[in-house]
Amino acid sequence: MGRSLSKGPYVELRLQSRVEDLNRAHQKKVLKTWSRRSTILPEFVGHTLAVHNGKKFIPVYMTENMVGHRLGEFALSRTFKAHGASEKASTSPTGKT
Amino acid sequence: MARIAGVDLPRDKRGEIAIQYIYGIGIPSAKKIFAEARVDSNKRVKSWTDEETARIREIIERAYKVEGDLRREVAMNVKRLMDIGCYRGIRHRKGLPVRGQRTHTNARTRKGRSKGVMVKKKPVAAAPAAAPKK
Repeated sequence: MGRSLSKGPYVELRLQSRVEDLNRAHQKKVLKTWSRRSTILPEFVGHTLAVHNGKKFIPVYMTENMVGHRLGEFALSRTFKAHGASEKASTSPTGKT
Repeated sequence: MARIAGVDLPRDKRGEIAIQYIYGIGIPSAKKIFAEARVDSNKRVKSWTDEETARIREIIERAYKVEGDLRREVAMNVKRLMDIGCYRGIRHRKGLPVRGQRTHTNARTRKGRSKGVMVKKKPVAAAPAAAPKK
């Protein structure tokens, strides 16, 4: 379920003010953030934020299309090693012999 | 022959059902269209008058996004998700369920036909080994 519009988008205040400081100073710096729950605002476009995925920071360059999504959507927190290739490799030798 | 939005409607079905053969029109919008056109929704397509057909066609063309246009819009939305590289886009790319369903079992609609368990070629390998023992 979506968030009520009357509340407006949720953004970590500290993160928002830091980005706005950068905008005011016309600077581009990579900001580290743990706030995966923050919504991407139009002001963030063009910046790169390093979003924590639980282990390390994933640099996310923000484009116009991303506005309205959450930061966490771009820094995956799960690792998945593929089944297909490794399974074939492990089963085929036994299958032959 | 009633042809709306590039789709031939089945002639022998009730109007309300028949127009659902158009991509983008389901039960609710079908009902609304018939209410607005003031056509009996139980009337079969073959017995529609030209004038009734025209009214229904006009409403659909004016107020609804159907068929090719709608398909294109959906494809564009999916493409946007894939291009920005968000979680949902990645799920689309991999052909896995997008809305958090389990994938341990099921999810066959997204993943395609079941691939089945890899059956080991035991008979070939086991037969020569087992034969000498007996």
